[in-house]
Amino acid sequence: MNTLSAVSRPELEPTIFDLSASGRRATAQAPALANCTVPANLRRRVRPRLPEVSELQALRHYTRLSRLNFSIDTNFYPLGSCTMKYNPRGCNQYAMLPEFLGHHPYAHASLSQGFLESLFELQEMLCDVTGMKAVSLTPMAGAQGEFAGVAMIRAFHRQRGDFHRDEIIVTQAAHGTNPATASMCGFKVVEVPCDATGDCDIEALKRVAGPRTAGIMLTNPSTLGVFERHIAEIRSIVHGVGGLLYYDGANLNAILGIVRPGDMGFDVIHMNLHKTFATPHGGGGPGSGAVGVAERLAPFLPIPVVAKSAEGYRFLDERDCPLSIGRLSGFMGNAGVLLRAYIYIRMIGREGLRRVGEFATLNANYLMARLQQAGFQVAFPARRATHEFIVTLKAESRDLGVTATDVAKRLLDFGYHAPTTYFPLLVPECLLIEPTETESRETLDGFAVTLEAILNEAREDVSRLKEAPYTLPVRRLDDVRAAKQLELVWRPDP
Amino acid sequence: MSTTIPAELRYTSSHEWARENLDGTLTIGITEHAQRALGDIVFVDLPVAGRHMAAGEACVVVESVKAASDVYCPVAGVILEGNPGLSAAPELVNSDPYGEGWLFRVQPSAPSDWGGLLTAQSYAELLSTSGD
Amino acid sequence: MPFIPHTVEDVRSMLSIIGVSSIDDLFDEVPKALRASFLDNIPPALSEMEIGRIMSDRAARDGHVLNFIGAGAYEHHIPAAVWAIVTRGEIYTAYTPYQAEASQGTLQTIFEYQTMLASLTGMEVANASLYDGASALAEACLMSVRANKKLHQSRILLPKAVHPQYRRCTQGICELQKITFETIDFDPLSGRTSWSAFSSAESAGLTAVVIQQPNFFGIYEDVDALTDWAHQHGALVIAVVNPTSLAVLRPPGDWGAKGADIVIGEGQPLGVPLSGGGPYFGFMTTRMEHVRQMPGRIVGKTVDLEGRPGYALTLQAREQHIRRGKATSNICTNQGLLMSAATIYLSIVGAEGLERVANASMAKTQMLMDRLSAVPGIHFPLDGARFHEVVMSVPVPPERLLEQLANRGIAGGYDLTHDYPELGYCLLVCATETKTDLDINRYVAAVTDVLNSLQAAGA
Repeated sequence: MNTLSAVSRPELEPTIFDLSASGRRATAQAPALANCTVPANLRRRVRPRLPEVSELQALRHYTRLSRLNFSIDTNFYPLGSCTMKYNPRGCNQYAMLPEFLGHHPYAHASLSQGFLESLFELQEMLCDVTGMKAVSLTPMAGAQGEFAGVAMIRAFHRQRGDFHRDEIIVTQAAHGTNPATASMCGFKVVEVPCDATGDCDIEALKRVAGPRTAGIMLTNPSTLGVFERHIAEIRSIVHGVGGLLYYDGANLNAILGIVRPGDMGFDVIHMNLHKTFATPHGGGGPGSGAVGVAERLAPFLPIPVVAKSAEGYRFLDERDCPLSIGRLSGFMGNAGVLLRAYIYIRMIGREGLRRVGEFATLNANYLMARLQQAGFQVAFPARRATHEFIVTLKAESRDLGVTATDVAKRLLDFGYHAPTTYFPLLVPECLLIEPTETESRETLDGFAVTLEAILNEAREDVSRLKEAPYTLPVRRLDDVRAAKQLELVWRPDP
Repeated sequence: MSTTIPAELRYTSSHEWARENLDGTLTIGITEHAQRALGDIVFVDLPVAGRHMAAGEACVVVESVKAASDVYCPVAGVILEGNPGLSAAPELVNSDPYGEGWLFRVQPSAPSDWGGLLTAQSYAELLSTSGD
Repeated sequence: MPFIPHTVEDVRSMLSIIGVSSIDDLFDEVPKALRASFLDNIPPALSEMEIGRIMSDRAARDGHVLNFIGAGAYEHHIPAAVWAIVTRGEIYTAYTPYQAEASQGTLQTIFEYQTMLASLTGMEVANASLYDGASALAEACLMSVRANKKLHQSRILLPKAVHPQYRRCTQGICELQKITFETIDFDPLSGRTSWSAFSSAESAGLTAVVIQQPNFFGIYEDVDALTDWAHQHGALVIAVVNPTSLAVLRPPGDWGAKGADIVIGEGQPLGVPLSGGGPYFGFMTTRMEHVRQMPGRIVGKTVDLEGRPGYALTLQAREQHIRRGKATSNICTNQGLLMSAATIYLSIVGAEGLERVANASMAKTQMLMDRLSAVPGIHFPLDGARFHEVVMSVPVPPERLLEQLANRGIAGGYDLTHDYPELGYCLLVCATETKTDLDINRYVAAVTDVLNSLQAAGA
């Protein structure tokens, strides 16, 4: 028996339903009794199963649950492709001023000039950062931004009477959302491979690009953690056949202030404000997937967008933008997230934007060098890291039987969130590592030393990794059981 | 790793097997090699009976925890039934891929199509040259 | 340097370990011609104090508004504990719970949320949230096409009494997948979806019907008859509901003989502030038979290798990171933080608290109607029974009334003339439990005053 498994672990927390007692409630939080005027035939007969707890019980329960999580505020999170940088608290505080929180989305524009002014300025600043001509802030996450972008590409071609373009090209290394989005917009997905150095295979691209090409979706730097050096050639091939270039902004942090997607020739882009512009991930959202476009696509932007006139700021709608691809949400996207991004950009300013790209790249290249010194193999050793890089455990997997999952799980024991594993799918047993600019040198050193120690542990006794983690609230979970014996809601013990 | 490839069945390069039944229908499943590559199977999305399939058209999705793979109909024809036993016990595809773990039965449009599929020997050669 | 911890010495030694002489050298693979010039339109950096002052001034300019708008986003009391908890760093700054062992807090919260929403809607299973109510309806329509897979064409009935922005958003997203929508009119007297229009719709090859309860006008639909008709014709029923109303209304799982098949709605009323339109969250629940067609993340309970209970994301093979071009949806990031807020809200208010909120809101809207009835020129044209919202007919163009009310710090209602010109000059107004007697009197007095002055000016 491994001594590690005897380590003490945090207590599990019962469910809120286990804490309930019939008839208990938080009396201060409900209004006085009023008669129910619902007609008898429509009235609910059985009360829903909601918890019956005191306010303190609820508060304590969810506070305890929160302590079972890793988070940026408590742990280093080198999660490739996710840009887990510090989320400044000031952004939260000033986006949550009571006047902003109490503002109804359909209130008259004269009641929201301060709010609209902030959104308008954010649109303008994002245009400048990306080199695009116009921006819409409405998409609520990266995937919705992608949807908007591809829908605009479709609308652009159709507006010109070009109905035959039914293919979207994606690279083999693309995020899964790219092909999923293209399908959702009714396009056929055509994949092109990457070459051995991580760049797009230009010859393969030439073979598939043609009169059916509506556009190409690209991430640059690519998901392989390298800058796509053939970007100018890709642009001329795709534009040459009449297609458009879509920029997936997942990796924008790497080139902030260094290269602008508009200058690279992209026609439409989405940004992940919850990555690049430091808004929180919230345990899985809300995000924001603002989209930017070149001049010729501006009429198709999703609504509402904010416009400025002599009378002040207001939302443009269907009546102002007849060619718009329409609405993606009932109201105004994730407005509160937009305020946070706005405050962040104002706080770092024009010099700070450039420093983001520079120090994100410095940290990634430094950590890559440290790990190479420690004996780790990187996927593209001849290339510069961008804001992230890939370590491959192919050799360790062959020689020691250790997998990327094993290393990821063991890292958790040392208080580090795992890097992204098994993405991109092209590199076997990979760890995609993105330190971000907000981490100190000491943190990176500590992480490198720990990864090296884990590799040594694997050499001594690989079984110690196989059963990790040991110190978290739960050990490795049975995914197969979770998928086969579906238990998706709480039920009382029989 | 050695793998079983029954001689009486025919195969495809996408790792389906086909058995010719006495009534001229075909029973289709995935090979032992394929089930091993997929890992623990947790769900099989079976085709609706009566559906017309082209040869090579995707008609079943086999899901493991971390992957979902299409299974293609090896010949053109009409789906007769999906294996009803798999809804309760998808793991049969792992434990008995050539027996209880069959996926569906199809009435081929052309009876000769079965003969055009790979023989056990050709499939074995394919596996040895593909290196995985 | 804001939020960058490096000292000059750090940078020097890090560059030397990398083996380059400057940070700029790290960008030597970027073609020189592409390097960005100065970002002219971005102002220089401000301190937190400075931007804090700017934001506070802007917020003060927008002011504290007395709000009588609903139309899909509702002002309810939010217990202080809700946002005190969700803005804790361990929730606010956590990532999506892909590393289950390091995310048990988030995962268990989702599991509890799924339980509450399934029970509230009378269904069996919920996902971990979608973006908002409108986009959730689009996802539900796409899901109905997958779940009703016997059909070759995809046709959905979408009543006109469904929220107009939900209809626009859904049609925009779904038309790219060749789904056609047919509009069903409402009865101009009651405000209910017209039974004769509904039951005479072409029923062959129908994928699904959408039923909103209460509908956009706040009126109760005859959900049993509509549900049974849809099921008799082989169509699925997509229910659009207000979660607060479900404390007192029969849940979609109990509609008609068999119940609705997919339930969606806007989760904002459950502990999420109005915030100018977002972030909110969409919820979706369904029956187990359709769970694999449901988009978005789902959490399941399982055990660890010592047999201790734990929670993990499950059924991931439906999702984009595995299925890529064949995924059920491209959704990835969702609205986790708001889902957490709703879970805590529902835990604190409980079933009885939610019932009180619903009943008090209905009572306040009734009070508002009673007092407005005395104002000359105002009447309420739709006579169907209603929840906490009402269509109000006014004698002047609503835009002019709303502008004048805004000048008095009142958000006076939703102008219906653009979406429903057939109603004439109408507004949709709402009073929730947050409105006091004095608030209602202030609104009635302001409306009276504005109408008098507008009519005097017009006369």
